[in-house]
Amino acid sequence: MIENLVSRRNFLRGTALATAGLVLAVQLPGNARRASAAVGEQSKFIPNAFVKIDGDGITLIMPHTEVGQGIYTSSAMLMAEELEVDLDQVRVEAAPPDLKKYMDPILFDQATGGSTSTQSDWVRLREAGASARIMLVAAAAALWGVSADDCKVEKGVIYHGPSGRSLSYLEVAPEAATREVPKEVPLKDPSQFKLIGTRAKRLDTPAKVNGSMVYGIDTRLPGMAYATLAIAPVKGGRIASINEAAARAVKGVRDVVRTDDSVAVIGEHMWAAKLGVDALELSWESGPNASISTNAIIDDMHEASLKPGVVVRDDNGAEEAIRKAKTKLDAVYRSPFLSHSPLEPMNCTLHIEDDRAELWVGTQVPVRAQKAVAEATGLPPEKVTVNNQLMGGAFGRRLDIDTIEQAAKLLQKIRYPVKLVWTREQDLTHDFFRPYYYDRVSAGLDDTGRLVGRTHRVTGSSVMARWAPPAFKNGIDPDSLDCAAETPYDETSVFADYVRHEPEGLTTAWWRGVGATHNLFVMESFVDEMAHATEQDPVDFRRKMLTRNPRALAVLELAAEKAGWNDKLPEGHGRGVNLQFAFNTYLAHILEIEVVPGKQVKLLRSVLAVDCGIVINPDTVRAQMEGGVLFGLGTAMFNEVTFTGGAVDQSNFDNYRILRINEAPKVEVYQVKSLEKPGGVGEAGTAAAAGALANAIFSATGKRIRSLPLSQAPV
Amino acid sequence: MRKLTINGQVHDVDVPDDMPLLWVLRDVLGLTGTKYGCGIAQCGACTVHLGGVAVRSCQTTMDMIDDMPITTIEGIGDTPIGVKVQAAWLDKEVVQCGYCQSGQIMSATALLTENPKPTDTDIDDAMAGNICRCGTYVRIREAIHSVNV
Repeated sequence: MIENLVSRRNFLRGTALATAGLVLAVQLPGNARRASAAVGEQSKFIPNAFVKIDGDGITLIMPHTEVGQGIYTSSAMLMAEELEVDLDQVRVEAAPPDLKKYMDPILFDQATGGSTSTQSDWVRLREAGASARIMLVAAAAALWGVSADDCKVEKGVIYHGPSGRSLSYLEVAPEAATREVPKEVPLKDPSQFKLIGTRAKRLDTPAKVNGSMVYGIDTRLPGMAYATLAIAPVKGGRIASINEAAARAVKGVRDVVRTDDSVAVIGEHMWAAKLGVDALELSWESGPNASISTNAIIDDMHEASLKPGVVVRDDNGAEEAIRKAKTKLDAVYRSPFLSHSPLEPMNCTLHIEDDRAELWVGTQVPVRAQKAVAEATGLPPEKVTVNNQLMGGAFGRRLDIDTIEQAAKLLQKIRYPVKLVWTREQDLTHDFFRPYYYDRVSAGLDDTGRLVGRTHRVTGSSVMARWAPPAFKNGIDPDSLDCAAETPYDETSVFADYVRHEPEGLTTAWWRGVGATHNLFVMESFVDEMAHATEQDPVDFRRKMLTRNPRALAVLELAAEKAGWNDKLPEGHGRGVNLQFAFNTYLAHILEIEVVPGKQVKLLRSVLAVDCGIVINPDTVRAQMEGGVLFGLGTAMFNEVTFTGGAVDQSNFDNYRILRINEAPKVEVYQVKSLEKPGGVGEAGTAAAAGALANAIFSATGKRIRSLPLSQAPV
Repeated sequence: MRKLTINGQVHDVDVPDDMPLLWVLRDVLGLTGTKYGCGIAQCGACTVHLGGVAVRSCQTTMDMIDDMPITTIEGIGDTPIGVKVQAAWLDKEVVQCGYCQSGQIMSATALLTENPKPTDTDIDDAMAGNICRCGTYVRIREAIHSVNV
């Protein structure tokens, strides 16, 4: 059961958590025993930031947010494994904004992104469950006057073997609340896992098949009004003229509010608000970005890419090795601006009062969301309650809080609750976009066809520098050359540099697969070019460069075997391979396509072999591979955001195409059993898509795709 | 006042003739299971049944409805095929973010009501109007094939 904090604001009240969630050095207040007695049945056992047992049952607090990736279930599995409870005995609850308790230790923020969630939670959530279990068992043992070593737990019930007595967690919780948090928290050996590694059913899906799941956009509050907005089409533009009276004359319209660059109409339903916006007779001043166009941006990037960047990797001698090589390759690859376009459009519901505010929103960054409202309203952050909702997709879009900030600015004088919904058009045209990248690559191969030197220069915007400035050090964005500077291959002579180039008139953002999605398209296409230039089989060429990387080799061999790599292809068909180590996960992808002359590429069959270390839920891994690869393939086939006169040319799904069921290939996923630490899976499939597609097109047609999307370079 | 029969219940609503059913369901009646995705009949998230036929509620205005009964995702589980489709969706664990799935289930139920044994091509034809941004198509297809009507 999913429950939001909206009805549960008392949670964690009265606890004194002194440290971050990483370490369970947590002590309950000294008067906990008396406090428990005073509230009797209602007393709460809250041994750490993630586990709560009280009159409502066993609640697991989710440090990461659910965007569809299945983390609520996987995180609950980690805790339940060590707590010794079944998943149907627990409820899960979104964590409130609290950086100390819920910071992702990889991202250094209370954030869900970069496929880090399971990697971050793998130890700390098992420890949270184990710590709670140890305290509960100790409490039961103390009540019975027996040794805890003689007790065991099954499904939340503690049994004392010798006497046959038993107590449930709920019964023993008040006593457990008086005990000290253990300093040593031994964890199970993987051979003892009961839940981890099973195809456990997802906790969030039953409410998603009957319409009862409440996403942010479904928020309903007493006295709530509905609003939609119009934003300056060109970034930096302003409202030039507006007819507010005309909007107010629309039946059902209640208020019109505005900032310099946006206006919202508030009404009794979305339809009234929408008609109100249409009635505004808006005209805009374009401002300083009115002349921006995609072609001008690309020209600037071309210029910028000619000059040296900040060196990310220099093994010495890469250029010299290429100069002396028998076969030399040079290429330029280009990757377009992209929109996130989650199916749930951006929205947020705000109730601002004089001395407090409450926000209902689906966000990947609850602390930033709270701060955005606090700053716009002048309220202290602790006076802003954030009710984080499940999300209808995010793909990185909800790692930014610009829309929440905009809503808070627009609504700051309104004292009744308002749900502000972006139309699809406003959402898409005011997205923060995946950067455009301009890559220059070169390579040299000796007379045996061995790669002897490689250079890679990435030119593009740094999302890191904007989103996490401390991580942008010495001019290097660690994301910008992820999977380009370091590869799974035996390479000893690589030169990689980064040219930061920030295009005017738009904002860039994280987008599913981040640096890996862009760089793997380039790198894995270019590796294919190397193989073909030296008349080698693309799988065999990669295989020879994996002498020191058995996990990468294993997924490559598995995918090649399952895909029938050596089988003869029918006329017009092609097969492409992509191999990667990204998000600490090894993944090989082999895609089969058909190219009918004069027609679009038809995607036939995607075969993925994945080694993501220990698997928490194999069905979730499979689902993320299936969905991730389709997300990446659709994007590579169809998607780019372009600008004319400073404004975005695309506006909705008619001109920003999303892959449909009739266009989707079959997808097969094979998982390698492993006891290594978990890697990330949410973005790996997306990153594996474009390289395999470009290589499959070459296999079918002999045409090399070096610029995406495919729809701009018909085959 | 206009009478709407939704999931077997009669509702009186006072809304303009040109107001799309989508917003009447969501904002006037509080039936938020039907989703807004694009507003131009490109994504299918707002699919409901009108007189048993799958329609996009963002394009279905009040004056188009006449007396035809409306079924939404909140009521589809009370139909013999709808309940099986929901069960298949959970059995195959189709859902990721879930935002499109109300519409997917409404389209799939309409398909299976008309055609108990759809081929892959039938599924393509009936379901191509429903976008899934998470890419759950592989499992949507499996789930539809698994329903024993």
